[in-house]
Amino acid sequence: MLKLIKFLSPYKGRVTAMLILLFLQVLGTLYIPTLTADIVNNGIVAGDLNHIWKIGGFMLAVAVSIAAVSLTETYLSTTIFSRMGRDIRNALFEKSQKLTIDQFNQFGPASMITRSTNDIMQIQMAYMAGTEMILPAPIMTIAGLFLAFSKSPALAMVIVVAMLVVCIFTIFLAAKVMPLFSKLQALLDKINRTLREMLTGIRVIRAFNRSKFEQERTDKSFVDYAQSAIRINKIFAVMMPVIMLIMNICTVIILANGGQQVADGAMEIGDIMALTEYAIMILMYLIMGIMVFMIFPRAQSCANRVNEVLAVNTDTAKSRQNPRQHFAKAKLEFRNVTFQYKGAEEPVLNNISFTADIGKTTAIIGGTGSGKSTIANLIPRFYDIQSGTIRIDGVNILRMSKQVLRDKIGFVPQKAFLFSGTILDNFHHGKKDATMEEIRHAAEIAQIGDFIEGLEDGYNTRVAQGGNNFSGGQKQRLAIARALVKKPEIYIFDDSFSALDFKTDAKLRAALKGEVTNAAVILVAQRISTIMDADQIVVLDEGRVAGIGTHKELMESCTVYRQIARSQLSEEELV
Amino acid sequence: MSMEKDTRETTVDTFDNDMSAERAKNVKGTALRLLKKLMEQKWKLLVIVLSIIVSSLFNILSPKVMGIAINDIFDGVKNAVANGQAFQVNLETMGVVLLGLLGLYLLSSLFSYIQQNTMASVSQTLTLTLRREISAKLNRLPLRYFDQHKKGEVLSRATSDLEKVADTLQEGLSQLVTAFFGIVGAFVMMLLISPTLTLIALGTIFVSLIVAALVSGRTHRYFAANQEALGRLNSSIEESFTGNIVIKAFNLEQSTVDNTKVLNENLFRASKKAMFMNYMISPIIRLINQFGYVAVAVGGALSVIRGTISIGDIQAFIQYVNQASEPVTQISYTVNSLQGAIAAAERVFQLLDEEEEIPDAVRPVRIDAPKGNVRFEHVRFGYSDDHILMQDISFDVKAGSKIAIVGPTGAGKTTLVNLLMRFYELQGGRITIDGADISKMTRSHLRSLMGMVLQDTWLFGGSIRDNIAYSKENATDEEVYKAAKAARADHFIRTMPDGYSTVLSDEIASLSQGQRQLLTIARAILADPAILILDEATSSVDTRTELEIQKAMDALMKGRTSFIIAHRLSTIRDADHILVMKDGTIIEQGNHDELMKLGKFYADLYNSQFASKAG
Repeated sequence: MLKLIKFLSPYKGRVTAMLILLFLQVLGTLYIPTLTADIVNNGIVAGDLNHIWKIGGFMLAVAVSIAAVSLTETYLSTTIFSRMGRDIRNALFEKSQKLTIDQFNQFGPASMITRSTNDIMQIQMAYMAGTEMILPAPIMTIAGLFLAFSKSPALAMVIVVAMLVVCIFTIFLAAKVMPLFSKLQALLDKINRTLREMLTGIRVIRAFNRSKFEQERTDKSFVDYAQSAIRINKIFAVMMPVIMLIMNICTVIILANGGQQVADGAMEIGDIMALTEYAIMILMYLIMGIMVFMIFPRAQSCANRVNEVLAVNTDTAKSRQNPRQHFAKAKLEFRNVTFQYKGAEEPVLNNISFTADIGKTTAIIGGTGSGKSTIANLIPRFYDIQSGTIRIDGVNILRMSKQVLRDKIGFVPQKAFLFSGTILDNFHHGKKDATMEEIRHAAEIAQIGDFIEGLEDGYNTRVAQGGNNFSGGQKQRLAIARALVKKPEIYIFDDSFSALDFKTDAKLRAALKGEVTNAAVILVAQRISTIMDADQIVVLDEGRVAGIGTHKELMESCTVYRQIARSQLSEEELV
Repeated sequence: MSMEKDTRETTVDTFDNDMSAERAKNVKGTALRLLKKLMEQKWKLLVIVLSIIVSSLFNILSPKVMGIAINDIFDGVKNAVANGQAFQVNLETMGVVLLGLLGLYLLSSLFSYIQQNTMASVSQTLTLTLRREISAKLNRLPLRYFDQHKKGEVLSRATSDLEKVADTLQEGLSQLVTAFFGIVGAFVMMLLISPTLTLIALGTIFVSLIVAALVSGRTHRYFAANQEALGRLNSSIEESFTGNIVIKAFNLEQSTVDNTKVLNENLFRASKKAMFMNYMISPIIRLINQFGYVAVAVGGALSVIRGTISIGDIQAFIQYVNQASEPVTQISYTVNSLQGAIAAAERVFQLLDEEEEIPDAVRPVRIDAPKGNVRFEHVRFGYSDDHILMQDISFDVKAGSKIAIVGPTGAGKTTLVNLLMRFYELQGGRITIDGADISKMTRSHLRSLMGMVLQDTWLFGGSIRDNIAYSKENATDEEVYKAAKAARADHFIRTMPDGYSTVLSDEIASLSQGQRQLLTIARAILADPAILILDEATSSVDTRTELEIQKAMDALMKGRTSFIIAHRLSTIRDADHILVMKDGTIIEQGNHDELMKLGKFYADLYNSQFASKAG
């Protein structure tokens, strides 16, 4: 929480002004009972009508000033903390775009979303609440005690004692309640989990007639939760009555002792009223401060999560200039590449070598977990390899800037992702200045042209978030078209044909062939039919190359390939 | 009591509430229904109301008594001066008043504690009842409901919606009742002291109410704007994070950042306004109240000099003004959050009112020794009445045979088995097992005849043993081990840290997709059903595990009627009977050779899918 205070530094002037106003506001609030005492002492007791009117008018002026000061202060604090929230969010988002895929995935998209939305909102609110409700407490205490002391040192001590008792009492309760609160949260999560489980498994539950069992399971989580919540409520039930009692006892003491002091002539009658009011104000501000302080741990955990992201080091070593040209002519070359995901026990890719040439399709096939997709992800440097080299046009990709490298590549990921906006926008994400002609052409090759033209709004059709108004196959074809319009030097299709039916798959591949004569194509696939006519097929088995060759060659030489083929092709096809 | 701090405290809460403020469609009906539910705890409520009344009474008397004390001091000192004696504060002179005051405070706190302690369980008991009703309801709803509603939507009713109801009731209910008695009592006492001053106080309270209403009406608009800006930013951020890879692949980082900055700036503008509007209410109301305070102080002072009221009465009166105006301003916040709670309660009731499954037949048919003959007779079905998927489906399956169902996505393969399990009701025709109409059996009996292995492998957060035993109540450990062995799962289970007692949880996603599948197969084996339903999708499983699963499934199918939604070539070819489905009808049926000979859809599908030479 405190770490984030640096985000306030651009607004130093405003913050100072806000704090001064806050101070004035508290002083003004305390001034009103002081004036009431004056009315009583010098007006009523002395029977001075003029004085009453004078002080009354003065009180109005004070009230108006307090209001003006509070409004200005409120305005300042809302702007300051809204700005702060905005700045933290900008910083966090900029950071998020600089993170490598590895760093990003350590947090995961869901958590990153919470961090940049809800967490920052909580931080902003906590700062706001802190200024508006915690900061006044010490100011009020000091100023109030000072005033009380000037009226009667003995009674000021009574207030101090009451304060201490209230503080100790609330802190004691808070210490009891806090662990219960986190337990309650865990129990609510459990309700969520059991119910979610019940909803996802509803068919299985009914198929096996276990509704009753499920109901008992959820019921237990409900009861646990209710019991904990009731325990918390019962603790809180003690709080206000006791605090009120302490406050009221304090009032009675002020009355008794103050009465005696009035009798002795040490104090005037109005001062009793003023002291009572001071005591109440000090204690109320204190309680409020403590209560708000209790929500701080929650904001603190939000702040920690935001700081965690902000603290990630994204300064990867700058790519060296003057990349050395290698002699190989291949467009893309993997040489002895070994790669291990962070925290994994074993490398996912082991000593992989192959080359891909211009105008040729290189297919990569293998079982789940064999590392096919990893290869696709290594080329645009979503991850950096541990040993071996990957070269494009003979240049080690580690020596290129990521931007230059990625400009060369048209990447179609496994899960087709479309941006919300229009279809046209999505094409422009592929190539900013793409002409309509280029776009139409790309769409046609991706076998989606007719579909788009057939839509009511054609290329201006809205794409919903996540592209959810299109089917899986349509999304894939749009994502392919987006990569095509980029006209990159290397195409990477990471299992991007899986949602297409077989006919479209075949047509698309045929159209693609004529299109990509001056680019290298990397085609990762599960289906053998998709890759059968590739120029070369790299067969992966548990991270190692099990064979490289054409379909025919591999059928003869590679057992792994034969196994895969046999599970997908009919007997007559195997020949 | 100083009211300004309290109003400010509630302000923070309402910031949260207002952010998602929405209104119920039928406020009155929902409120009444909620009240009726609350009346189930009428004795507790009675105790609460009585304690509130008593505590309020003492609360209302105390300023008056305090005023008397001040008068006593004032008069005592005055008399002392007149008599030339010193006034002493002691038991004799002030004992009764001060001890009386102490007593009042004590009793007020005591009853306020009784009230809050009783209240502690009221709202949670209510939500517990409603949660139980929701859970029971979910088990009675037809599957159709789950198809039409998002999980999150259903879940939030049982969690956050009910939380909202509980929180608001916990705070709001007693607040409203306390406010009512507090205000009435304070006014009575004020009138007794001075009708003129009461009029002044009433005036300020009235004005502050109007201002509060005016401001909060405007606040709503700013909050809506803020909410919208927030929604836009959130969904844009969500999109950027889910599309992280694509953004990187196309070098779109900078443009994404720029885009987000614009939305963030908009949110900043909107939230600045909304927050200011929200926080500005209290200084304004405080100002109005202070005007009232000054008026009362001045007016009171003048009256004292004129001798119409005593000095202690001013002190008391000022306290009464606070006692009355504090709840008045609070009510406007409470009402706001009550609205949110009623909207939430309405969503809960909506769920509870959903139409349930047709009840089981009164005199149900039982099949004691099931053989597994299945017949579909002119079955007509659609997921909604105006959208019929299956017009007229008929086929006949002999006990013990293996039926493969093939066809393109959306053809109705899964629907067919769903109908057999009676997850949905037919619009026409009937389905029989061993000659008995399935709609004449109880659902539980019907489903006990069948075992099911789905592509989506559902396991719950419990031990592996419990997960396998899920299909058979009171299964012995021996039976579980036997089933696991038959499913070829025994070995890997025993390699796990706690063997069969290993608890499966989300956090420890220690099982692979294939292993999960084997567990569900073991579960079906343990159930030992006459009829088996298999959705044998193994696309997420590697070739070796696939082989294991295949063997386990073969073992499972032996001697039972099996319906297999088939993807694997060998299964389809080995099936006794193949149902070829397209657009909700069975367009061809027969065994592999017959269908190939027919040379129509199946042959086409087979050729394109399994022996792709297409293109």
